[in-house]
Amino acid sequence: MLTIKNLHAAVDGKEILKGINLTIRPGEIHAIMGPNGSGKSTLSSVLAGREDYEITEGEVIFNGKDLLELETEDRAREGLFLAFQYPIEIPGVSNVNFLKTAINEIRAYHGQDAISPKEFLEKVKEKQKLVELDNKLANRSVNEGFSGGEKKRNEIFQMAMLEPKLAILDETDSGLDIDALRVVAQGVNTLKNKDNAFIVITHYQRLLDYIVPDFVHILYNGRIVQSGGKELALELEKKGYEEIKKQYDAISA
Amino acid sequence: MIAEKSTTAIELLDRMTGAPKVAFISGQKVSEALMYLSANGIPNAKHEEYKYCNMDALFRKEFKQAAYAPAAVSGISDYQVNDAVTIVVENGRYNPELSDKVVIRGLHICSLSEAKLGDKVASLADPNSDAFIALNTAFSGEGFYLGVQDHSEIPMTIHVLYISSSNGEGVVNPRSFVEIGQNASLHLVEQQVVVGSGKVFTNYVSEKLVHENGRLYNTILQHEGDKGYSVNTTVAEVKRDAVYDATTLTFSGQVVRNNHHVLLTGSNSVAHLNGLFTAEHNELIDNHTLMDHRVPHCESNELYKGLANGKGTGVFNGKIYVRKDAQKTNAYQSSKNILLSDDATINTKPQLEIYANDVKCSHGTSTGKIDPNHLFYLRARGVGQASARKMLLASFAHEVIEKISDDGAREKAIALFEQYHP
Repeated sequence: MLTIKNLHAAVDGKEILKGINLTIRPGEIHAIMGPNGSGKSTLSSVLAGREDYEITEGEVIFNGKDLLELETEDRAREGLFLAFQYPIEIPGVSNVNFLKTAINEIRAYHGQDAISPKEFLEKVKEKQKLVELDNKLANRSVNEGFSGGEKKRNEIFQMAMLEPKLAILDETDSGLDIDALRVVAQGVNTLKNKDNAFIVITHYQRLLDYIVPDFVHILYNGRIVQSGGKELALELEKKGYEEIKKQYDAISA
Repeated sequence: MIAEKSTTAIELLDRMTGAPKVAFISGQKVSEALMYLSANGIPNAKHEEYKYCNMDALFRKEFKQAAYAPAAVSGISDYQVNDAVTIVVENGRYNPELSDKVVIRGLHICSLSEAKLGDKVASLADPNSDAFIALNTAFSGEGFYLGVQDHSEIPMTIHVLYISSSNGEGVVNPRSFVEIGQNASLHLVEQQVVVGSGKVFTNYVSEKLVHENGRLYNTILQHEGDKGYSVNTTVAEVKRDAVYDATTLTFSGQVVRNNHHVLLTGSNSVAHLNGLFTAEHNELIDNHTLMDHRVPHCESNELYKGLANGKGTGVFNGKIYVRKDAQKTNAYQSSKNILLSDDATINTKPQLEIYANDVKCSHGTSTGKIDPNHLFYLRARGVGQASARKMLLASFAHEVIEKISDDGAREKAIALFEQYHP
């Protein structure tokens, strides 16, 4: 589904990603962990198409297409979804209208007709229930006045509505209490099937108790320094990032 | 220099001889107005108040031949506001034929000559303070009066449609006086449009007097198009316990200058002054506001938002005076602007003059581009560049539009915004 080969990216001339290699197949959940500043958010931003980053080397193939050549909206229309670490507030634009526009533009891209109002409402109802998002919140302006937890749940709600092939959750767990964390995880676990895949970017092992990954990768200093199964996350939790830093700083020195 | 300055004004005065004589302002005030105009001329860019809005150049360039030459108006079907009673004022004259025919208890509508207000007219808008007030004072013909009797709450929205029309270069001077009696209230929508084949310079002067405990909710919709040039002077006096709530939305107009002055003269009075303007192509939209706190315990809020695109220019100049006696004043002002092109300009200048010591006042201003993070968020959901931009502009405008308390006016404002930002 997604193949990242030797991806290098820089911001303001400073190299952040220094050769990422990663392959994701349908049905898989990958966790990317790492200390602050290791390049986790840069990776998700580069994949989603944020313009502040310069790709200096490498390639990303998403379902046979050169992802880096696509506009941000076309990446989304091809089935990529990024759950933001800091979802923005858009006063005056209602959540549901925004989603309707998004769904219809995605459908138009694939040569499909616009969604019928009935089908759309049913979908809203169903997905809303999934993430326990209050009806009032779904109809309010995008994220306006939402608490941190509500914003994250709204991200998962949007993900559920758009049904992406590959969803990247960028530190969706940060700042969440245990109830919200459970809801987010439940959303992901319900949406997971053999045809889609998830990249869960997180600083903490905690989320992975609820969303069980098939693979865990440790990102440090712009490279994936270690990959393994779900037990790697537990090991990392025990050792802490200091251990990793020591180990790999010694190698690069 | 003075002589050169005056020529435009004197030439204009000559050409205005065909304009109807004012019947409702004392001869004394009219002569003062004419003297002020010939002595001071039409303001140019050297005039501090008209720094970005060189009216003298405008008259030399665009209105060289301009005279009083109104054209007939046939229909008004394009300008409906939902659930409102429409009153038409055509080139400054109340037109009962084109207006809805309803009698509303407590509401008086007539020409200013008929209203016989005596010295009340021109008591708020001083002809010795500004060339355009002076010009209007001398040539406003019949004028328009809208009054709400004491203790009357008008249950329906009153929509006053001001139409300016000319087949050549025309100058019209609509004058109005809106009076809200004690304990009375009114929802008023004022719409300013231009029809006809010629360019029109419309020089509006409106005096608004809100008596004790009265409430005036006023929405001003301006979309005069590329033939429309206007100066809109509003002077509102807000008495004790009264509320004046005005939202000015400027969607189009070649040159639009709004002078909106609010005088808080009774304690515990409240004024909200909000505005949204969009300057496209070569348009110049210039908002000057004055919030004059004269007495203690009053509150004012001001939010002006501007969009400039193409080679459009927007101006916001907001003065707040808190006079020596106006203790316990709360006065807030905010101006936010978005530039949509490299050639667009917005000039903002908050001016606070505070002479009392126990007050809460603040102001803030920002001008920038559409937030790229917002755009990215929407695009990352599959929404294309154009739709995303449209959504964000609607979101920007929403903060002002949602402050309109009248449903019909708010719907009309949203529809006009969408029409101008498809």
